[in-house]
Amino acid sequence: MLKFTEEHEWLRQDGDEVIVGITEHATQQLGDLVFVELPEEGATVAKGDEVVTIESVKAASDITAPLDGQITEVNSAIVENPALVNEDPMENGWFFKMTLAEPSELEGLMDEDAYRDYIA
Amino acid sequence: MSEARKTPLHRMHESRGARMVPFAGYEMPLNYPAGIMKEHLHTRSAAGLFDVSHMGQVVVRPKSGRIEDAAAALERLIPMDVIGLGEGRQRYGLFTNDAGGILDDLMFAHLGDHLFVVVNAACKADDIAHLEAGLGETCTVEPLERGLIALQGPQAETALARLAPDVGLMRFMDVRQIDIKGIDALVARSGYTGEDGFEISVPVSAAHDLTDWLLAFPEVEMIGLGARDSLRLEAGLCLYGHDIDATTTPVEAALEWAIQPARRSGGARAGGFPGAAVILQQIAGGAERRRVGLLPEGRAPMREGTELFAAEDGPSIGRITSGGFGPSLNAPVAMGYVAIDHAAPGTRVFASLRGKMLPATVAKMPFIRPGYKRR
Repeated sequence: MLKFTEEHEWLRQDGDEVIVGITEHATQQLGDLVFVELPEEGATVAKGDEVVTIESVKAASDITAPLDGQITEVNSAIVENPALVNEDPMENGWFFKMTLAEPSELEGLMDEDAYRDYIA
Repeated sequence: MSEARKTPLHRMHESRGARMVPFAGYEMPLNYPAGIMKEHLHTRSAAGLFDVSHMGQVVVRPKSGRIEDAAAALERLIPMDVIGLGEGRQRYGLFTNDAGGILDDLMFAHLGDHLFVVVNAACKADDIAHLEAGLGETCTVEPLERGLIALQGPQAETALARLAPDVGLMRFMDVRQIDIKGIDALVARSGYTGEDGFEISVPVSAAHDLTDWLLAFPEVEMIGLGARDSLRLEAGLCLYGHDIDATTTPVEAALEWAIQPARRSGGARAGGFPGAAVILQQIAGGAERRRVGLLPEGRAPMREGTELFAAEDGPSIGRITSGGFGPSLNAPVAMGYVAIDHAAPGTRVFASLRGKMLPATVAKMPFIRPGYKRR
């Protein structure tokens, strides 16, 4: 299942976890990323918490936790090479994996069609 | 708010897919589809074309017909040697206030029977009023409605010389009236990227043609304001309103190199400009703070406004005025003001960033090796 937030994050279900990244639309708006700071693995996060800091050549932005849960894994490859997020936002440019406090909340997010309408 | 003004090249920016943003009252290209990083690196390796038509272009003409009168009049507003400037040459200058602060930075050129002045877009109305108030008795002050494009980078000469072979004879800070395939152009060998290059003033009606001709060359790509900012930051050049303003003096800003000996204490025409007492005293005795380059140790960019400290638990010593990522350095880069005791290159300071204290080292500027054709 692939879901989207109004903050231009995508969430892909992967067993008990969801993988979280930002959409291609978001990367186009941000421009070339030069810095990524990821959360601690194991951190408990609430929806809306600023969990990731990303910086483009021009500006810094925060990425918030899409739902309540716990961070289980982070993608250190994008810390080493932030450009990976621009090159492959939906696959190799993922940010972190998390388990959800309420897995059913995933259903309430936008699906791909709804997200396309949202950014149109 | 009135609607944003458009430069003569607005149509071209839109047709090339530029991301347009408001800047100094104009709608300007932030970047093109290639993006800031590629645009920056292209300028350093080939040639970048910039629309800087938003900047103010002003002719100062002596009513007496004698250029010395215009030069002497301008010397009452800026601490630069204008009288000693040769015909066909240009200099960097600063309008100062009575407290020694900087009202704007500018370029001024000696064009035989008049002076040609280029000022920042955001300050141009104030600058023109300031020129009229200061020079109006002896000179006419005429703002020009012309396009201004900058061609910057190691291949700028190669590209422009195909249209105007004479530009190859110019050296850094030369200014020439040149016919570019029928266009009446004023060409200066200068820019604001740290690279060799040219700034070309043309009639509004000719801006599109010249741009099209240059973009037809394989070396030349359009570059937006985003890369212009990272290029000038790596070159250690000040952005007015950020790195210099009415509260910073030329000495604090490390710009005393722009004040020639003739205007300093003991010089032929020492003083006689706004803020001379403060500025000449600081040239002799130094200032309490100084603009320095900063190289953050990690990967995190340190942006404008970031506070600087002497140690992790030490006192505040200043703040960053421009900062970001330097694509040519492939590392974050910044400049800012620090207390004079911390201004020596190699000094380690700490920046407060998102609740953490991160180290940075004071570094010499420019951060890149400039390509100016001084010969």
